[in-house]
Amino acid sequence: MSLAKKFDKNKLILGLAAPLLAIVAAVAVTSVIIAITGKDPFHAYQVMVDYGSKSDSQVWIINKAVPYYLSALAVAIGFRMNLFNIGVDGQYRIAAFFAAVVGGAMTMPGFIQIPVIIITAMVVGAIWAGIAGLLKVTRGVNEVISTIMLNAIGGSIIGYFLQDGRLGKKEGNMVHTPVLPDSAHFFEIPTQPKPIYGFVVIAAIAGLAYWFVLNRTRFGFDLRTVGQSESAAAASGVNVKRMVITSMVLSGATAGLVGMPTLLGISYNYGTDFPVGIGFTGIAIALLGRNNPVGMALAALLWGFLERTGTQLEFEGYAQEIVGVVQGVIVLCVVIAYEIVRRYGLKTQQRKVGEELAAQARKSDKAEVSA
Amino acid sequence: MRRVSTITVAGVTTAALAFTLTACGESSTDSGGSKDKGVGLAFDVGGRDDHSFNESAARGLDKAEKELKVGGKMMTAKNGETEAEREQRLSSLADAGYNPVIGVGFNYKNSIEKVAKDFPKTTFAVVDSIANGSNVASITFGEHEGSYLAGVAAALKSKTHKVGFIGGVQNALIQKFQAGFEQGVKDTDSKAEIRSEYLYTNNDKGFNDPAAAKDKAKGMLDSDIDVIYSAAGLSGNGSMEAVAGKKGAWSIGVDSDQYQQPGLEKYKSSILTSVVKNVDVAVFDLIKSVQDGKPFTGEHKYLLKDNGVSLATSGGFIDDIKPKIEEAKKNIVDGKITVKTSP
Repeated sequence: MSLAKKFDKNKLILGLAAPLLAIVAAVAVTSVIIAITGKDPFHAYQVMVDYGSKSDSQVWIINKAVPYYLSALAVAIGFRMNLFNIGVDGQYRIAAFFAAVVGGAMTMPGFIQIPVIIITAMVVGAIWAGIAGLLKVTRGVNEVISTIMLNAIGGSIIGYFLQDGRLGKKEGNMVHTPVLPDSAHFFEIPTQPKPIYGFVVIAAIAGLAYWFVLNRTRFGFDLRTVGQSESAAAASGVNVKRMVITSMVLSGATAGLVGMPTLLGISYNYGTDFPVGIGFTGIAIALLGRNNPVGMALAALLWGFLERTGTQLEFEGYAQEIVGVVQGVIVLCVVIAYEIVRRYGLKTQQRKVGEELAAQARKSDKAEVSA
Repeated sequence: MRRVSTITVAGVTTAALAFTLTACGESSTDSGGSKDKGVGLAFDVGGRDDHSFNESAARGLDKAEKELKVGGKMMTAKNGETEAEREQRLSSLADAGYNPVIGVGFNYKNSIEKVAKDFPKTTFAVVDSIANGSNVASITFGEHEGSYLAGVAAALKSKTHKVGFIGGVQNALIQKFQAGFEQGVKDTDSKAEIRSEYLYTNNDKGFNDPAAAKDKAKGMLDSDIDVIYSAAGLSGNGSMEAVAGKKGAWSIGVDSDQYQQPGLEKYKSSILTSVVKNVDVAVFDLIKSVQDGKPFTGEHKYLLKDNGVSLATSGGFIDDIKPKIEEAKKNIVDGKITVKTSP
């Protein structure tokens, strides 16, 4: 018992060491880079902290982090099963597009309209990801390739329908789907000076559901088992093929939520200016948050913070690209730091076990001698 | 242990959320003064050195700095950014006291409408789109009219009576170029064949993919098309390269006078003309209006008659057909010809 407790304590220290190491390394590398560009890195941090902690910045960061977090969840579901769903980007876009079309075509009270839009998005996202899952189990197509291609196909389908006279409407130089009626506007949390979009609640629920399903259900156990060893899972009676399709579908359904904060809270239509690339940001955030629901939330907020303050850095005369570099450095540092700490932990554990065994052997030797 | 850590995590999250909700102190826009600092210019992706659209706007500011002695700040959009970033960029500029604040590119329409409400004393302007607001000026151009003239020139110069149009992205703005060009060709040579193709349906990459434009142009040249008009930003360089490889074929440039561009030196002997969009003139006019205390608001069209668009004559390749082009221009200016804005 005491041994188990000791191990847990070490685990806790190791768990804290990795992120700490990553942050210190990232700050050091970034400082060097800023210094090389001939600027003062400490002033940059001061600007970032000052500006990033302003009340409107806080609101901005939270609003920005919500789609990132949902995207990271979608990616993480695949990651936990060793599936690399690169297609979150295409999935959320095509999902948001058809959800916008369905939502724009009907006028119902909000409590019907909003769920219908969200469910449409989840179903479309699930179908789009499901295609990749189906291809994998029936034809053995690697999901990395199929999801990348489905991204391109999804983009072309949207391009085809998003034309004046098809499913789009022209407004100036932009084309967008019909604007959603007021009843389809999602609620907002009234903060000052700008409100927080209510979808943050859905994101929190999704995070909770992710944690519960993966860690507290048989399905989640099967999923993680398949991720760790497909053959072992199959040997213990898990239907691997069905797990692949189910997890792709779940990942796609979650991806369907990614576009919803924008659709129901900001743009109220899907237009040529609908944000792209959130699916790829999600991969970085899932990596950064180690597929952990809380870790990913912190990572998404960090991403929002960097983007918010990056524009301000440009304003202060720093190169705009600094933020991109910082983001890349952080992801790299986190991946490397966790690997270093994991290896160190493994080594100490081995040494400890070795010592215990040696001690036991000595004890039995003594016992023999005395006997 | 597991259970305990979960509870801790839940506690920390709640505390963090509560903190962010209650810690709302000073807002970043509270502290800003509204001193007059000059012009805030927010670019679309590509930045000031894109050799085309943004650069033209920057030239307008350069001129204003020299002639009107105003200062200015330029900021550039990142790839794949969202409304939130555009709004932030515009508010930062307005908050720091820049006036006017100009969004270069139609992507800024919605964000300008939103931000302009927060800064009623600042003049905002958007290029290539029409935005609403009492302190917002909308600057649009007669791309279709300039393209009509390009169509006239193409029809007169084509020996095979087959001409081509390559658009970067199939959006409403580029369709304006296509519509004008097609009408100009048809009005001049009713038997001419026109092939209009786009590189991408809805991906902005279409303005940044010279290889794709080169392939498209090659395909057109192989089917006997001998004049190709590309409205595709940087991608147009690719089609110009392909056209330069075929004797007797002509390319038509866009936005800036591409014959004069050092980067296109190698192909200049086959650049017939360019449809020039005078963004610099519009930007300068707007800055001046603010300086004079009579800021522009509402829609400002820069059509053919306002010299907002024109056909470049450098190289002298269209000198022989100048009378016909002047005639077409006069007809448009006088309103005898109405150029369509969509195909």
